[in-house]
Amino acid sequence: MQFGIFSVSDITRDPVSGRTPSEAERIDAIVKIAVKAEEVGLDAFAIGEHHNPPFFSSSPTTLLAHIAALTERLVLTTATTLITTNDPVRIAEEYAMLQHLAKGRMDLMLGRGNTAPVYPWFGQDIRQGLAIALENYNLLHRLWREDVVDWEGQFRTPLQGFTATPRPLDDVPPFVWHGSIRTPEIAEQAAFYGNGYFANHIFWPTSHSKRLIDFYRQRFEHYGHGTRKQAIVGVGGQAYIAKRSQDAVKEFRPYFDEAPVYGHGPSLEEFTKGTPLTVGSPQEVIDKTLTFHDAFGDYQRQMFLIDHAGMPLGMVLDQLELLGGEVVPVLRKELASRRDPESADAPTHAGLVQAKYGDGPARQPSPNANRGDNVTGASPYQDGDVEAEYPAIG
Amino acid sequence: MNDQHTTGAEPFRLAVVSGGTSDPSSTRMLADRIASRVGALAGERGGAVAVDVIDLRGLASEITTAIVSQLMGPKMTRAIEVLGRADGVVASAPVYKAAPSGLFSSFFHVLDNDLLIAKPVILAATAGTARHALVVDEQMRSLFAYLRTMTVPTSVFAATEDWNSSELGERIGRAAIELLLLMESGFAEQVRSESWKHYQHEYGSAGGTELDIDLGTDLMRLATGGAAPPRRKE
Repeated sequence: MQFGIFSVSDITRDPVSGRTPSEAERIDAIVKIAVKAEEVGLDAFAIGEHHNPPFFSSSPTTLLAHIAALTERLVLTTATTLITTNDPVRIAEEYAMLQHLAKGRMDLMLGRGNTAPVYPWFGQDIRQGLAIALENYNLLHRLWREDVVDWEGQFRTPLQGFTATPRPLDDVPPFVWHGSIRTPEIAEQAAFYGNGYFANHIFWPTSHSKRLIDFYRQRFEHYGHGTRKQAIVGVGGQAYIAKRSQDAVKEFRPYFDEAPVYGHGPSLEEFTKGTPLTVGSPQEVIDKTLTFHDAFGDYQRQMFLIDHAGMPLGMVLDQLELLGGEVVPVLRKELASRRDPESADAPTHAGLVQAKYGDGPARQPSPNANRGDNVTGASPYQDGDVEAEYPAIG
Repeated sequence: MNDQHTTGAEPFRLAVVSGGTSDPSSTRMLADRIASRVGALAGERGGAVAVDVIDLRGLASEITTAIVSQLMGPKMTRAIEVLGRADGVVASAPVYKAAPSGLFSSFFHVLDNDLLIAKPVILAATAGTARHALVVDEQMRSLFAYLRTMTVPTSVFAATEDWNSSELGERIGRAAIELLLLMESGFAEQVRSESWKHYQHEYGSAGGTELDIDLGTDLMRLATGGAAPPRRKE
């Protein structure tokens, strides 16, 4: 079981001080937050992707590569990478590059994005969003598994003899989570490919997330990737922690009340009752998180949202101390004692390498000399099955 | 004819939605008069009606919460359950500024589009002046058309001067028998059992009851590595 934090990358006015940080400040802060996450013993850090203010994270792989260089254990990931408005070819290239630089300490979560005006900026149409997401992933899947791809679809220009470079580290594609709250097609795609399914368990009651998690588990087994229990599930949640419950409520309320997504709507009390949000002592956060396990069964990754709604850096770092110091160690122990031995381990690069090669050596492809195209001849890589033969000239 | 109901074994479930805000409220009183008339007519015909009342005043803060955050509070959740299992609905709104009240409209705006499909509905409204008389037919009826309810032909409108007129009672009687006959016919049940999948749904819609997943769609084929259907020319 991995524990981590995920950030939307919002740059929001701090409702207590009245100040809105600059982009520069917030970008510096997110790096400190990620480094701190490793320091306090968390396993994963995820950043969102947006292409409009007030968000900063338009270029997740750049940020994550930087954090990778500053950390040693932390798994760098996304929440989410836009599989609709990004060209899957660019996703294949950028995330494979990140995978090399991070020495495999990365994966990614795919999502659609729900801001309609963003789509046309990238030549797409939100009304086709689901079809684009599904088709783009079908292509991405092949780009990371086949050295040379011929492909034709509805939403991007066709490819003939295309090789996405660099090839994935150890020729093992980055692990992919498909994020969805209410779209069975996304859960089905995750199950079909044996990928992970991530339920952003933030706005709706647990019963809501459970429906598609159960569907995904059943379909994962149907497609022969393992049993239901071996399916790979991630869950998003949010918490605000203080030593004493009443302090947590007092400190968090102004941020809750003006939070971009649910501010000026439900009261903090209504929201904590009706959704997975916990505002309280470490023990309260532990107790509520354990109820997710009761509902979903063993799952592989629990992410928390802790840096949104204008919360200043110091406050977020304090949250990390409590999360890493008091909440997660207890959760690790409790969940380990409840864990079914049949359930899957959390996905890691080392695990995927082991699954592919056993104890044998991993493939390390070296390219042939440039011959101008991939269409003629054989593999562009030296270990390709067929030797290329070229006509003698002169 | 639905034998189950006419033998009196199980009463019709009638949901009354009232947008009235005072207590007592004329909007609620109008809804109650309609509901009791439906009950009386059903009784004469050997049936029975069980009424559940959804007074929107008590849901006001949960309705605004649902609009801004999609969070359904416990009272909204209960109201949705009541509407989801109702055989018929009486929807009664006060008219403010030549429109059904915002509270009333907002309540129906946050319901799933497919919650009320084919259900028989009586529309009713109250106002301080007869000048608002067409609000029911020109504004409320179109909202319920969007929700694809089976809205009865007779709407009930009561301005101040109508309360003591026998014509109001007659209109209530007409609307009530229309609703009762539609409930007796089993129209809603039949549409929903035979044609449900031809309406647009989202996973978890219809108040959280729409949980069927069709694995045979074009999108599902695309999800499992197949090709996308050709794009329609626009």
